[in-house]
Amino acid sequence: MPEPVSSAAPPAAPAQAEIAIEVSGLTKSFGDRVVVRDLSMQVKRGSIYGFLGPNGSGKTTTIRMLCGLLTPDSGTGTCLGFDILTESDKIKRRVGYMTQRFSLYQDLSVRENLEFVARLYAVPHPRDAARDMIRRLGLVGREGQLAGELSGGWKQRLALGACTLPGPELLLLDEPTAGVDPKARRDFWTQIHDLAAEGLTVLVSTHYMDEAERCHEIAYIAYGNLLVHGTVEAVIAKSKLTTYTVTGPDLHHLAVALAGKPGVDMVAPFGTSLHISGRDLAALEASIAPYRNQRGLIWQHGAPSLEDVFIELMGRTPDNFQ
Amino acid sequence: MSAAQTDRRDRAASGVLWRTWAMLVKEFIQLRRDRVSLAMIVVLPVMQLLLFGYAINTTPHHMPAAVLLQEDTDLGRSVVKAMENTAFFDFIYLVKTEDEFDDLLQSGKVLFGVEIPRGFERGVRRGDQPAILVAADATDPVAASSALAALAQLAQTALAHDLNAGEPAVPPFEVRTHARYNPAASSRLNIVPGLVGAILTMTMLIFTALSVTREVERGTMESLLSMPITPVEIMLGKIIPYVMVGFVQASLIVGIGVTLFGVPILGNLFLLAGLSTLFIGANLAIGYTFSTIAQNQLQALQMSMMFFLPNILLSGFMFPFAGMPRWAQWVGECLPLTHYIRIVRAILLKGSTLHNMRYDAVGLVVLMLIAMTIAVSRFRRTLD
Ligand SMILES: Nc1ncnc2c1ncn2[C@@H]1O[C@H](COP(=O)(O)OP(=O)(O)OP(=O)(O)O)[C@@H](O)[C@H]1O
Ligand SMILES: [Mg+2]
Repeated sequence: MPEPVSSAAPPAAPAQAEIAIEVSGLTKSFGDRVVVRDLSMQVKRGSIYGFLGPNGSGKTTTIRMLCGLLTPDSGTGTCLGFDILTESDKIKRRVGYMTQRFSLYQDLSVRENLEFVARLYAVPHPRDAARDMIRRLGLVGREGQLAGELSGGWKQRLALGACTLPGPELLLLDEPTAGVDPKARRDFWTQIHDLAAEGLTVLVSTHYMDEAERCHEIAYIAYGNLLVHGTVEAVIAKSKLTTYTVTGPDLHHLAVALAGKPGVDMVAPFGTSLHISGRDLAALEASIAPYRNQRGLIWQHGAPSLEDVFIELMGRTPDNFQ
Repeated sequence: MSAAQTDRRDRAASGVLWRTWAMLVKEFIQLRRDRVSLAMIVVLPVMQLLLFGYAINTTPHHMPAAVLLQEDTDLGRSVVKAMENTAFFDFIYLVKTEDEFDDLLQSGKVLFGVEIPRGFERGVRRGDQPAILVAADATDPVAASSALAALAQLAQTALAHDLNAGEPAVPPFEVRTHARYNPAASSRLNIVPGLVGAILTMTMLIFTALSVTREVERGTMESLLSMPITPVEIMLGKIIPYVMVGFVQASLIVGIGVTLFGVPILGNLFLLAGLSTLFIGANLAIGYTFSTIAQNQLQALQMSMMFFLPNILLSGFMFPFAGMPRWAQWVGECLPLTHYIRIVRAILLKGSTLHNMRYDAVGLVVLMLIAMTIAVSRFRRTLD
């Protein structure tokens, strides 16, 4: 079976060669709060899979279940061909997990942290491996600095370096670019794409739309339920959303007037423009008709952006946890 | 990803060593960075040893005492003089009435009161063995005990000169002490070996008790658990560095004990080192167990203290083991310190061999294995 992206990696289990993660019916609750409900997903090998959703929607919990840090209450699945319930030891050897909260040793230096990881994974010549990684991260000259003293963005980069160092087959990245500057974020994503091109699978959670658009596939999870998944285009298409972009004076007034009108599912200001979206095209057009010819307003009918889709999704799903 | 690399991931045998080594190196670096803990490793034993050695358990001398002379005779004064010569007592009050005498003891102005009864000299000369009453302030039994022990000798020797009678067959008078509570007198010789065990118990417990909870509190546990390391490897990696720390401490205490307090080393030091490793291992495993149970570092510390207290009280360190009630002795047998104190005292002071100490050595091994088993089984491999 040919690998879609990479030919470098021989498949671990031939039957599942092109699937890195496959889970179905994953459920997890803490106490009586169901945090992840009946979640099923599939991630292809060598692809970058974006995981989106509002705060507290269960992204971190799902990722933890994938790498064996949490035991699901029910559901089954495989990760790299290994059962997530019974073979977490084998999964751990092949997965790099970057936690949402910085979890390297603050009182160890950059180099010591990397050497620690290298030794844990029995990487041959841990010192050399750490030195290579320091060079690749652009941390030369700072290798002796304590990890706890690095700035937030550098901590993120170090953490990414640490989890890619052992040469994993799957990366689970939980909001890896939170607090990282735009340039470093771009470098970071270039690096992720390079890794994916080599055959590495990446599951990454993020709150940034531009990052979501750089993923091969995305999934949107809200309050424990996986609502949509697919390529960015597919997700936008599935939303059946129509968006009007309005520019002109006194948009605030217009936003207040339109909010809650029939057919108007979302009104959101974007810089100097206003995005008005709805799923019911006829109702939406009826509602905006009185304002269409208002002086100074320029209306544009366009495809919704991913952000429109997500904000609309977020508004639609009740937060049953608060 | 080469096939060789995948093999490497699943190869178990050398992996255990690598991962344990990784953990061990990490712990060492963290310890080295933690200046305060590092200082404590040295300061704690030295400070405790000096405190115990010089202040707390040094046989007290020149304790304030009062004498109630019911008769003013040469013999009575000789007895008081002889008592003063033991250097245990300083007779700072000479009183004439029982009321004054009682008040001095009651108020704590004196720790001892000696009463020479009326007709004492006549009684001695007639061979009636009259009694000298010694009232000791029982609130400080440790202070009292050695002084009272010295008094027992007094009757035999003090008056030999006055009575010019060589060694009398029966003591010429009796010393009747009024101390209700009187544990065996501990000398420095006894205290230093005990202290080796007590200090090791305290530091070893605390170091490992904090080790796992610290990782949980700092969030590093999430990362650690996602990596391919097993609970046994984590435990060994965390325990081994502190075995060495324990050795440093033990050597320090024994070294100071020998040079400052003249503690003899009659037995084999290698045997002591070997058995000390068992003891250190047992305490580290117990501390580690606490740290797998506790939710945070404070709880872990409290658990260590809860365990430390019975160790100090019931191991024979503070109070003679033989004098404890049966149930307390049974509890004591379950504490590593009890066995270790016997071992150290026996090896240092009595020159005992492993054959002599086999029961206590086995005791240490059993306690260590029990603690390690609990620790590994209690270790949570997930974040649930
Ligand atoms: N150990 C835990 N015990 C109890 N509740 C938990 C635990 N971990 C997570 N939760 C709850 O589960 C829900 C989902 O949390 P999770 O961390 O998975 O969200 P998330 O999607 O990662 O959010 P964010 O975007 O803020 O990182 C939250 O309501 C959280 O309070
Ligand atoms: Mg999260």
